Amino acid sequence: MDNYLPILIVFTLATAYGLWYQRSRGKLKSKSSRAGKPALTASDIGHDLGARVTLVQFSSAFCTPCRATRALLTDITADLDDVVHVDIDAEKNLDLVRRLDVRSTPTTLVLNSAGVEVGRAVGAPKRADVLATLNGIK
Amino acid sequence: MSITSVLKFNTTEDVKLLDARGPRFGAVLTTIVLAAILVTGSLPLLVWQLGVFALGAFAGPQASPYAFIYRKLVKPRLSGDVPTEDSRPPQFAQVVGFLFALTATLALLADATAVFTVAVSFALAAAFLNAVFNFCLGCEMYLMIARIRSVISKRKTPEDSYNLPSL
Repeated sequence: MDNYLPILIVFTLATAYGLWYQRSRGKLKSKSSRAGKPALTASDIGHDLGARVTLVQFSSAFCTPCRATRALLTDITADLDDVVHVDIDAEKNLDLVRRLDVRSTPTTLVLNSAGVEVGRAVGAPKRADVLATLNGIK
Repeated sequence: MSITSVLKFNTTEDVKLLDARGPRFGAVLTTIVLAAILVTGSLPLLVWQLGVFALGAFAGPQASPYAFIYRKLVKPRLSGDVPTEDSRPPQFAQVVGFLFALTATLALLADATAVFTVAVSFALAAAFLNAVFNFCLGCEMYLMIARIRSVISKRKTPEDSYNLPSL
């Protein structure tokens, strides 16, 4: 029985983590802007902010869902004049990554017109969720 | 505005695309083999898996024997659209698997059973998560490694210690 104890522990813990992982990844969580964190500026993200919304995506090389996220957000923002999508290589912008506490890729921040983070998705977000979030921001 | 501004992020670089189901199938076989290794403590099986990881890590995911099995036996039976992925994320996972398998092999040879068990357990957990939950190891680990690495390299940089006062 001793031989089976490690494998039981591994499968139990990995299943618990996997269920949490599956549920949390891709979920777009809204954040209250009262958190008091300083807004992001054009120089922080290396691009002008969108007139209404800026989607700031952090990507890395060893990341399959980063490609899907990039394609999705590029597609969604293509028809919207007041929404900008910025893709940032996380590894080359570690100071910004640390400041924003980005831990994995892809992580997408939703900024309002003032550059304040009002939402965040860790993992590839769903199209419907992104559209709903964009519609909710004036 | 369809502007995708890219900060020093090279998207035009040639990216090798794979059939994404291949690495996932490989993760299933890897899970089975690592589970057998964890239960039996078999050195030959561990050396085999170490070799599989080495091929995937250094010659690319397509060079793995499990990728060969996928191409010969599984792919011909699948239909529908082929989901593709960049070859670098699965290759990263093979490198991590190789390091754990190498640690486990050395531990088994040195009779360090606890180290062997922990190393195989981590590799098994990662393979299982990949197989069942489509877990992306590179997404979760790589940025943390980069963050830790940059903190360490910053600490090593001497601060103005060589600025001698001019006479």
